[in-house]
Amino acid sequence: MSDAVVPQKAEASVERAVLPSSGWFKRAIESDLFYSFRRSRLTMAAAAITVLFFLLAIFASLLAPQNPFDPAQLQLINSRIAPLWTADGQSPFLLGTDEQGRDVLSAILYGLRISLVVGVLGVLFSGTLGIMLGLIAGYVGGAVDSLIMRIADVQLTFPAILIALLVNGIAKSVFGNRLDATSMLIVLVVAIGLSFWVQYARTVRGSVLVEKNKDYVAAAQLIGLPAPIIMLRHVLPNAMGPVLVIATINLALAIITEATLSFLGVGLPDTMPSLGTLIRIGNNYLFSGEWWIVAFPGIALAALILSINLLGDWLRDALNPKLR
Amino acid sequence: MLAFILRRAIQAIGVMIVVGCVAFSMFRFAGDPVNQMVSIDTSAAERASIRQELGLNDPVLVQFARYFVNAAQFKFGISYQFRQPVADLLKERMPATLELATCATILAMVFGILMGVYSALRRDSILAKLFQAVSLIGISLPTFLIGILLIYLFAVVLGWLPSFGRGEVVRFGWWSTGLLTVSGLKALIMPSITLGLFQMTLIMRLVRAEMLEVLRTDYIRFARARGLTTRAIHFGHALRNTLVPVITVAGLQFGSVIAFAIITETVFQWPGMGLLFVQAVQNVDIPIMAAYLLMVSLIFVTINLVVDILYTIVDPRLRSTISRAA
Amino acid sequence: MTDTVLSVHNLQVEFATRRAKLRAIDGVSFDIKKGEVLGVVGESGAGKSVTGLAVIGLIDPPGRIAGGEIYLSGLRIDHLPPEEMRKIRGKRIGMIFQDPLTSLNPLYRIGDQIVETIKTHTSLSDQAARKRAIDLLAEVGIPAPDKRIDGYPHEFSGGMRQRVVIALAICAEPELIIADEPTTALDVSVQAQIISLIKRLGRDHGTAVMLVTHDMGVIAETCDRVAVMYSGRIAEIGPVQAVVQNPLHPYAKGLMGAIPTLSGEDKRLVQIPGSMPRLSAIPPGCPFNPRCNFVFDRCRIERPEPVPHGIQAVACHLYDTSVKESAA
Repeated sequence: MSDAVVPQKAEASVERAVLPSSGWFKRAIESDLFYSFRRSRLTMAAAAITVLFFLLAIFASLLAPQNPFDPAQLQLINSRIAPLWTADGQSPFLLGTDEQGRDVLSAILYGLRISLVVGVLGVLFSGTLGIMLGLIAGYVGGAVDSLIMRIADVQLTFPAILIALLVNGIAKSVFGNRLDATSMLIVLVVAIGLSFWVQYARTVRGSVLVEKNKDYVAAAQLIGLPAPIIMLRHVLPNAMGPVLVIATINLALAIITEATLSFLGVGLPDTMPSLGTLIRIGNNYLFSGEWWIVAFPGIALAALILSINLLGDWLRDALNPKLR
Repeated sequence: MLAFILRRAIQAIGVMIVVGCVAFSMFRFAGDPVNQMVSIDTSAAERASIRQELGLNDPVLVQFARYFVNAAQFKFGISYQFRQPVADLLKERMPATLELATCATILAMVFGILMGVYSALRRDSILAKLFQAVSLIGISLPTFLIGILLIYLFAVVLGWLPSFGRGEVVRFGWWSTGLLTVSGLKALIMPSITLGLFQMTLIMRLVRAEMLEVLRTDYIRFARARGLTTRAIHFGHALRNTLVPVITVAGLQFGSVIAFAIITETVFQWPGMGLLFVQAVQNVDIPIMAAYLLMVSLIFVTINLVVDILYTIVDPRLRSTISRAA
Repeated sequence: MTDTVLSVHNLQVEFATRRAKLRAIDGVSFDIKKGEVLGVVGESGAGKSVTGLAVIGLIDPPGRIAGGEIYLSGLRIDHLPPEEMRKIRGKRIGMIFQDPLTSLNPLYRIGDQIVETIKTHTSLSDQAARKRAIDLLAEVGIPAPDKRIDGYPHEFSGGMRQRVVIALAICAEPELIIADEPTTALDVSVQAQIISLIKRLGRDHGTAVMLVTHDMGVIAETCDRVAVMYSGRIAEIGPVQAVVQNPLHPYAKGLMGAIPTLSGEDKRLVQIPGSMPRLSAIPPGCPFNPRCNFVFDRCRIERPEPVPHGIQAVACHLYDTSVKESAA
């Protein structure tokens, strides 16, 4: 029996040499989650594309040949040029230009920025709001719980796009033309955030209701920990799995909603086009055969959302305890 | 049972009142109604008198009540853009939206259920994987992009279908329908697909997930242990248990279909309520926005109520819970 | 031999997981005769339920029957084509599961569920099937069966539901019934009724019964013979009186010693230290050896096979007289 022990020890020391860092990294690599990740090449591809898009957006100003938001850099004489590889292409416009002379490639990179900024901020906003309301509703219970859930139920009957449009419209009429681009951005984030908080709240509330009755919560209360600390530090981590899944799906929806609002003409001003705006502009030129103004932003948008959805799908299956 | 319906109806009215408050607030406080209605060179005195005429100097509660009474009679005020009663505008456009939404929902449910059931029963087949791919695309492509794609393919390149509008419509009283003309039917195809695709995807995923869940239950296992045929198990037991929650969800989604019609109508220039609403948001035409909100809420709330009642009819467990609680 | 209904020979069931293939059942053999009740007892995870599922052919991937044979009245059933097996299920083998609440489809009336099962296996008309359903409900002890036949599952209490489940299991008159923990989810007072019902049905119809449970009291009350399972193998098997009063296998001794009695003796309940090994970590040799008080060297190396010892059979080297043991 003593023979059986030694080889194991040697293996362990080899592993320790390769991964000198703390135990959590090793646990992460060996976890079921990562295993399922490695098994699915599709998911890995999706993750890679998502990361790629994020990097492109972050470094847009370095990568883009032109800053399409700066009117000084645009020349009408360069407008509506076809992509580089076609007969009418002109350098340096790799993917062609739109009717304002904007380089489509640059416009896509900067537009990606807007999509991702609005999307991520929107998720953070709705996530924070939803989690907080869910924690309060679940932990405090009673009338507060009923009120929050009733509001949630009512809001759920209204699709996000409608709420976003409404918030947008109200903001525009209340603040009128005093809205500059930054405030418009905030309005967008708030509009999208307000549309999506309900799922978070419901899920977190459900988890809280389950955990509330468990012994460790009673123990924490006995020690005298204040309620918010118990909720945040002990109950919330148990709900994080489903919350993550919701957040990924939410990100995709937020990006779609932002693109849709831009397409409908109620997003950021046209001088700072997001991917949705580009598609709207390009749609007008589709019939005259200038397809590139629609096609490339469309492909970029679709690829981004598709990757995020794939990640969300994988995450949901991987974290689902019933499927393990 | 009756008590249950009554309770739900009261809840519905409650929601409508809340929505009414929001609509009224928008109407009265978001922007200045008088300034929106008159030209720039109207004198201050004229504005003041108009304000008085419109009753804008009355106490808020009176204005609120007045708004309510009017709204209950479907009098929503005058549109800033068109200078016409909003109610007339809505009435004219409603059939277009309702027809489109209904076609889209029927498409979505039929194909969604078929594809979902197939994907659950033949999980590893090529067709099932294809359906999975289609469903992924369905929720990843924004509605407007799908619309543009379809228009480009079928209208511009192939020239089979019209790229905008409703085609010829036949009128019955205040209703107009495009179902009775060839051009009307042709015009319905692409918008219905565009509007229904997202729905169909949701339903397909829901049906598949629900069915897989049902197939894992104890009663299905017991049914297998009793030697029931595969067909009886899949289509007698599993399907029935799957469809009950699915149909409720799909029904509730009808409301969101009407809202999503906003986008589809914009892409296809479909003369419905959605297009009207978008133009109102773009031009800050508050009366239309408020009225649209009220109408759509009414539709949502009514649908929810009907679906709730239907659900209790279909699921026997709920019937006795309700009668015991009543 | 012609009244042997079920014959299981060296059954092996494997589950393929991402790390390894796990042997849930590793060489189980037993017979059940007509009208006999065989109890299968053991801790959770010993493989009792899996044995029942294997017999009725409901082991789903990633599990599979990896070896051995199962005979039903002489017919080999362990690798029958699915459609053939389906015809046997319900008609010749009936199975009852643990939780009666989740065993019945909540959306269908119980009468419809019984009639459906009857019509699947017989050619009775709707009317005749319904009549038979009412008779069955009466036989299992449901009062006013002609009225309650149109009820929904949630309108019955737990004990009544389990009776309905039993009715469903016997409606096609099977030769063998497998009852997987039929009383665990029920109140104690109802348990006794259900157990006596199962016993009576077995006697009246000559049905062989395989009763899986972890409750020794039920075993002592109901069974003719009992098999004690441990780690996917049979430790001891024999007539119930013999095994209960004179257990041979050290594990069986521990089990019987752990049954509290009302005789008022001042004995401490016997505890078996440790716990049953996980399927991925079954020790070599006899799986019980880490916890056994009588362990010696051979136990850790060589796996014991069941050998007859009087009227019982036991898988333990203590009783294996074919090899001379040297001092430990």
